[in-house]
Amino acid sequence: MILVYVEINKGRVKKASLECINYASKIAVLTNSTVTALVNKADAAQLEDIAKAGASKILAMNSDGLLNDTMFLSAAVEQAANAENAKVIVFAFDITGKAVAPRLSAKLKAGLVSGAIDYPTINGASFEVKKNVFSGKAAALCAINSDIKIISILPNSHPINLGDNKASVQDFTPDFSNLKSRITIKETKSNDSGGMIPLPEAELVVSAGRGLKGPENWGIVEDLAKSLNATTACSRPVADMHWRPHHEHVGQTGVAIRPNLYIAIGISGAIQHLAGVNGSKTIVVINNDKEAPFFKSADYGVIGDAFSILPKLTEAVKKFKSHQN
Amino acid sequence: MKILVAISNVPDTTSKIQFIDADTKFNSAGVTFIVNPYDEWYALVRALELKEANLAEKVTIIHVGLVDSEATIRKGLALGADEAVRVDADAPDALFVAEQIANYAKNNMFDLILVGKETINYNGSSVGAMVAGLNDLPFISLATKLDLVGNTITAENDIDAGSQVIECNLPLVVSCAKGMAEQRIPNMRGIMAARTKPLTVIAAIGGQSLTSVKSFSLNAGRTTCKMISEDNLDELVSLLHTEAKVI
Repeated sequence: MILVYVEINKGRVKKASLECINYASKIAVLTNSTVTALVNKADAAQLEDIAKAGASKILAMNSDGLLNDTMFLSAAVEQAANAENAKVIVFAFDITGKAVAPRLSAKLKAGLVSGAIDYPTINGASFEVKKNVFSGKAAALCAINSDIKIISILPNSHPINLGDNKASVQDFTPDFSNLKSRITIKETKSNDSGGMIPLPEAELVVSAGRGLKGPENWGIVEDLAKSLNATTACSRPVADMHWRPHHEHVGQTGVAIRPNLYIAIGISGAIQHLAGVNGSKTIVVINNDKEAPFFKSADYGVIGDAFSILPKLTEAVKKFKSHQN
Repeated sequence: MKILVAISNVPDTTSKIQFIDADTKFNSAGVTFIVNPYDEWYALVRALELKEANLAEKVTIIHVGLVDSEATIRKGLALGADEAVRVDADAPDALFVAEQIANYAKNNMFDLILVGKETINYNGSSVGAMVAGLNDLPFISLATKLDLVGNTITAENDIDAGSQVIECNLPLVVSCAKGMAEQRIPNMRGIMAARTKPLTVIAAIGGQSLTSVKSFSLNAGRTTCKMISEDNLDELVSLLHTEAKVI
């Protein structure tokens, strides 16, 4: 049995979780097995989506607070894995997956590949899974040789397919009587994303750098993003100078993203920035410096002044969209 | 209060990435190795700041690796760590590394274990949570701020679409991300002092590895950038639709 840990965020099953369920169903086909999803506080519509993505059984938890401590969440997944005799456990390589999958790996002595970018090849009792290394410059084919295998997958690596699969739903109450939490969440702050899709999930991203000269000039960046229904991002200096909030910072030290389209405006393309965006399917670079290194890592380039290009590009997108409708 | 900082020995960010022995091994010829930036800039520097504020008595570096990583360990000592421990092993995977760190931390009663958010070579983001799991300690993941008052750590970290402030009593494990501290450059006095600071070599425990790298491959970079005139942005939009198929 393949166990998938699924998360709900902002009223929906997280996109990365749907990817994980799809990924697990593919392994289930390869190993003649089935997919069980473990989820906390899902409503009927969310349970339906989990089933449509390929889970045939759902373990539904109803826990307040405690699962915020990754020690407890790891214990919950461990108990579900034991109860269902899971041989493979799938997480998203996201904020939760990074904290829980390795802990579970240590607890279960289960080999972990974190940040997988492809489906595993089954090689007898061992799995071979590809993951990115050297910040996206190379890939490593990793073998997992343990009896139980854990894979966390890099978000936005696989398309999502929803079918008409149905699942049985079973209440699942983990036993935390042996654990004592020392973690207290004192405060939770929400990013003001202005209704945009969160960066790690965004398929279209419009990102700008120091070339914009100051925070007061971001209107034209936001206009372009709005015309595409894209999410805005920024380079490290822009976040460091507080022109934009730090959660918009993409790059090696900020958020690593892999959208379908990344438009970089006034960003020179330092290696640390590229490390966070080189997984993007298509990269467009707009820069007034024709020597900007980013052009070497782009699919399309426009040389010129962002202040004249952006309004024209926004108009071109609007024109395209109006012809589409 | 004793702090243990785990550091990794990695190729410099700008290194040329090449593989040898039928693509099974990283080619380290001519490559400069450094302290993994996240371990250094965030974890180690924050530990040193806590010590300078008289909130910690001692900062110890631990590294799992062979003798050739000692130059990198000395760089960490030059920044101001008091002592270093090298577990003598060519680590096969992250869990092996975590087992060494967890074992040393338990035997030597460290109160706070700090790691960087990930290494820039394997990008696994795994060792911190594994150490916490092995020693049954609480774990704060990807912290961007870390303060200590008495016996209580207050940390801030990112969650989906936001951030949170967490309190936890010592002992615990924290992985450190951008925001926690600023990069430091070691001074000459630090570099001289690092030469004589204790660097203890200990043998590894255990030895089973659950995962292994079979082979490496270079990801193909982009080869051609199609240049579009700023007077013809309709063409760019059209290419994004018909050629790239992303809008």
